[in-house]
Amino acid sequence: MYHYNDFDAAFVAERNRQFRAQVERRIDGSLTEDEFKPLRLMNGLYLQLHAYMLRVAIPYGTLNSAQMRQLAYLAEKWDKGYGHFTTRQNIQYNWPALRDIPDMLDALAEVQMHAIQTSGNTIRNVTADHFAGAAADEIADPRPVAELLRQWSTDHPEFQFLPRKFKIAVTGSPNDRAVTAAHDVAIRITERDGQIGYTVLVGGGLGRTPMIGKVINDFVPQEDLLPYVEAIVSVWNLLGRRDNKYKARIKITVLEHGIDEIRALVEKRFAETKDAFNGADLALFEEIKTHFRHPNFRNVTEEAYDAAYKADPVFRSWADTNLAQHRAPGYAIVQISLKKHGETPGDASAEQMRVMADLAYAYGHDELRISHEQNVILPHVHKSDLPAVHAKLKAHGLATANIDLVSDIIACPGMDYCALATARSIPIAQQIATRFDELKLEHEIGELKIKISGCINACGHHHVGHIGILGLDRAGVENYQITLGGDHRETMALGQRTGPGFSAEEIVPAIERIVEAYLENRKGREETFLQAFNRLGMAPFKTALYDQEARVAAE
Amino acid sequence: MPKAFTPKVVTANALLAGDVVYLTADDAWSADLRHAELLTDEAHAQVRLVEASARHAEVVGVYLADMMPGENGPEPTHFREEFRRTGPSNHHHGKQADL
Ligand code: HEM
Ligand code: SF4
Repeated sequence: MYHYNDFDAAFVAERNRQFRAQVERRIDGSLTEDEFKPLRLMNGLYLQLHAYMLRVAIPYGTLNSAQMRQLAYLAEKWDKGYGHFTTRQNIQYNWPALRDIPDMLDALAEVQMHAIQTSGNTIRNVTADHFAGAAADEIADPRPVAELLRQWSTDHPEFQFLPRKFKIAVTGSPNDRAVTAAHDVAIRITERDGQIGYTVLVGGGLGRTPMIGKVINDFVPQEDLLPYVEAIVSVWNLLGRRDNKYKARIKITVLEHGIDEIRALVEKRFAETKDAFNGADLALFEEIKTHFRHPNFRNVTEEAYDAAYKADPVFRSWADTNLAQHRAPGYAIVQISLKKHGETPGDASAEQMRVMADLAYAYGHDELRISHEQNVILPHVHKSDLPAVHAKLKAHGLATANIDLVSDIIACPGMDYCALATARSIPIAQQIATRFDELKLEHEIGELKIKISGCINACGHHHVGHIGILGLDRAGVENYQITLGGDHRETMALGQRTGPGFSAEEIVPAIERIVEAYLENRKGREETFLQAFNRLGMAPFKTALYDQEARVAAE
Repeated sequence: MPKAFTPKVVTANALLAGDVVYLTADDAWSADLRHAELLTDEAHAQVRLVEASARHAEVVGVYLADMMPGENGPEPTHFREEFRRTGPSNHHHGKQADL
């Protein structure tokens, strides 16, 4: 894992000292809210519906056990005992008091964490595949690239006042687990003639005008990456629409100018700035890579795993659903579901955070990851340790076997917390999960991603959900619009609207009817919901949703 | 025809804790909506808003929220204000726990 050097530590300490003084001046009345707001946002502090909210970055989703323990400590000491993990590999605290924020930031700095650039019109937390460094299908670890980008972008003088926030995601695997095409810039590690390089996409994004990123360069060599990305941000910084917040994102710039014109401008800018990098970025990159060496994998027998797998059906179901294939023999990637039926997706209590930290420390080479699906990953666990890991998870409500299933729902905070929301998301997610748990259909249904947002900003990724749910306000009443057929992978697709929305009471039965239509129409268990939708189109689902007779028949 | 004025209260978030608060008739901030001053006159409402907005060392994000008169004081007319009055629906937190 990357370790801050003295410069990094001094930088964060200085920044915290500055912000502490600003908070004091706000509290004693010498700063007005108008003066203070941009300063607090630069440090990840929002004001939400019921309280302040502090957003802490977890760069490329990677944490060690000490950091996870510290997140637990913050939750307990300054919040209500839990934190909320988000789709951009951040953690949000929903209830801090203003005067405690400086202490919280200092506590984070003790474990090399911070809230810098988790808000504002800057380059935000760079995200990456949550299986980084562990996945069997990985070409190269995306984290050194993400770390390089993080160091370059943090307080980059040219990029502190961009037209809008800017989001970058990196994947090192052809199977995209980082939703890269929904980011302003997507970096996909590729290999050509034995050389590692990058396919770069621009102009993806969700929100009001969802768009899939377009390839601007299908092979940027390693030595050009940083100057090339800088050229992209620089071109957009000039062209981006500062007159209209909704048109400011690079997706609109790409739409208005066309990808070919943007490409030409980026090439031109790249030619101008490349030399300024002087190779310093490459030296830094080589240095960063040494921090991400593989742990020393153990070579022991898997007998304990095989025995538990045979003997314990609960363990077997969990292993079948929540484990992913590791690159090293005898190892597995453990996905810990933060989606226990009926609970808030992405929430973890301080105690649960400590349990996960302990497990990472004891069995996981001290590594944890946060996934964009609001779950936690132990990337390197030897199979022989899995029965012990599972037992401990189970004892703390963390062993729900539902990864990628109908209850593994992404939900934004919605109206329960978010000041921008037009409807609630969390209770809808809770009710759907509870309902399908009661029906005991989850495993029968198989892979099905439901994603829910409480407004058009699309924090919950609803556009790329197999089933997307968007909460709206229709004349003062919560209303939920459904989209089908979204895909968040490398084959990204945006969901299509089914038709009129549903009230809060109608939405869960509506989702049930969609799932029933899938079960009736699929070719067999092998055909996933998304495959069935792509084959059948909207018609049978529309009938199930809106046709009165079908409705009555289903009841 | 101009739209008829509907009753409102002055609301904001407390500076230190961030809690939802309401302006009372005697110029205090109360966490309890029932204590809020219901403003039925448009001109008076504007004056109260301006006065409250000047108190930036106490509160953040002052605005007028639609309400209707109820048996025990103002009642929300929109679900957003209903959630602000109570707190989140996934946890027993916020005002519902404090009041
Ligand atoms: C309650 C605090 C939050 C606030 C105030 C907030 C605010 C926003 C806003 C204003 C946008 C629109 C950006 C645009 O115009 O493109 C947005 C988008 C987004 N937010 Fe949030 N958000 C919050 C929480 C979250 C959470 C909890 C998640 C993860 C579950 C999240 C992840 C995202 C993502 C992934 C987008 C996608 C839009 C894009 O393509 O950039 N946010 N958010
Ligand atoms: S989608 Fe809307 S409601 Fe949900 S967190 Fe984002 S801004 Fe808030």
